[in-house]
Amino acid sequence: MLDKNGIAKRIAKEVKNGYYVNLGIGIPTLVANFVRDDIEVEFQSENGILGMGPFPFDGEEDADLINAGKQTITALDGASFFDSAMSFSMIRGQHVDLTILGAMEVAENGDIANWKIPGRLVKGMGGAMDLVASADNIIVAMMHTNKKGASKLLKRCTLPLTGVNCVKKIVTNLAVMEVTSKGFKLVERAPGVSVETILEATDGHVIIDGEIPEMAL
Amino acid sequence: MINKKVENVQQALMGVESGMTLLLGGFGLCGIPENAIAELVAMNVNNLTCISNNAGVDDFGLGLLLQKHQIKKMVSSYVGENDEFERQMLSGELDVELIPQGTLAERCRAAQAGFPAVYTPAGFGTEVAEGKETREFDGKMYVLEHAFKADFSFVKAWKGDAAGNLIFKGTARNFNPNMCGAATITVAEVEELVPVGTLDPNQIHVPGIFVQRIFQGKDYEKRIEQRTITPKN
Repeated sequence: MLDKNGIAKRIAKEVKNGYYVNLGIGIPTLVANFVRDDIEVEFQSENGILGMGPFPFDGEEDADLINAGKQTITALDGASFFDSAMSFSMIRGQHVDLTILGAMEVAENGDIANWKIPGRLVKGMGGAMDLVASADNIIVAMMHTNKKGASKLLKRCTLPLTGVNCVKKIVTNLAVMEVTSKGFKLVERAPGVSVETILEATDGHVIIDGEIPEMAL
Repeated sequence: MINKKVENVQQALMGVESGMTLLLGGFGLCGIPENAIAELVAMNVNNLTCISNNAGVDDFGLGLLLQKHQIKKMVSSYVGENDEFERQMLSGELDVELIPQGTLAERCRAAQAGFPAVYTPAGFGTEVAEGKETREFDGKMYVLEHAFKADFSFVKAWKGDAAGNLIFKGTARNFNPNMCGAATITVAEVEELVPVGTLDPNQIHVPGIFVQRIFQGKDYEKRIEQRTITPKN
C-alpha cells in the first residue's frame, strides 16, 4: 500500500518530457518533488504563472508571488506571468498537457466529484470545473477509500459533480486504474496489495485482464 | 494624453453608492485593491454585490466589508479561510453564488470585450449549469455564461501613469486586467504612479483606455496568506 508520497511518486512517472502540467492542491502538489530531473517540464498554476518553482528560502518570500493554493512560491528561469483569462485560455484551450487533481469520488464513466458535500460548508470549486471540463489528460490522485472506509471509486457519483466523463486515470494508495467505456480497468497494483483487496475496496465495475503487475516506483 | 489621474482614494470612489455591483481584482490577498476596500468601509455603503475570486480573510481584504455587513451578495469561485463569511452564509444574511474560476475570468473579459455571453465547457452536467442554456459544438457540450454588468471595477496595479496605463507584478496580476473596462467606471490604484512617458509602451499590460480613474495608493500591507518556505539545507 502506498502513502501520499507514494501516490505522487507513481503519478510523476506519467509526466513526460515537454509537458505543461497543472497540479491541484494536496497530493498532486507533491508530484513536483518526484518528476525526473532529466526531462523538461513546466508547472502552471491557474492564478497566473507558468514555470513555477519551489517554495522560496526564508526571508525571500514575495507577497506578489503565490500559487493557486495561496502559498508563496518562486519563478524559475523562463517563467511567465499572465492574467486569469489567459491562464484559463491555456487550460480550456487544451494547451496544458496534463492535469492532476484530487477527488472525493470518481465514477466508472469518468465523472468526478470534488467540490461540494451537501449539508457541509461549501468553499467553492475554484478552477476545478474549468480544468476537468477541458483537459484532455486528467489523472486523479486520491486514497482508494474515504475516512469511513467507503470506496471512492463508484458506479455513479453520489456527491454533486465537478465534471462529467472526464477522468482518464486514477492513482490511489492501492492501484492504478484507467477509465474505459466498460468501467475501471485495473492496470497496476500497489506494492504488496492483492487484486482481491482492490476489488473489495472498489464499488464500481473493475475489469481485470490477465496478470496485474505491481507498480514499479 | 487623456488625464485619468485623481488626487486621492476619496475622489477615485466618487459616485459609489449602496446597492451597486462591484468587480474587485485579486487572488486571495494577492493583488487586491487595498485602498479602495478601505475607502468602501469608510464610506459605509451597503447592500453591495461584490464579484471577486475570493472573499478575503476575517480581518483583511473583502473580510473588512463583511465584518460591517456591507455585502449583500458575493460572486466568487472559492471562499474558504473566512469565519465571518461562513457565519453570514450559513445564517442566510449573505447570498453567495459560486462559479468556476475560468468562467469568472471570462465573464469579466466578455464585459470588457463587448461580448454579451460566452460558451464554456466548464460546469456542463453539474449544478452550475442548471437553468442555463447549453449547446453542442463538434460533439462537446457547452454552457452559456453571461458577461458581468457592474457599476465599478476596482483594480490594483504595480505601476501606472496618468494616462491610465498599467503594469502588474508577479501573480498579483490575476483578475485585475480582466476587470479593467468590464464595469461602467474602472478605478485603478497603483503602488507607483510614474510620470507619463516613463513607462515603455511595449511593456504596458493594460492600455489606459480601459481605466477611467487612477490614483497613487498608499500604506500597502500586502499580506501573505500561506507563508511556505524551503528550508536551507
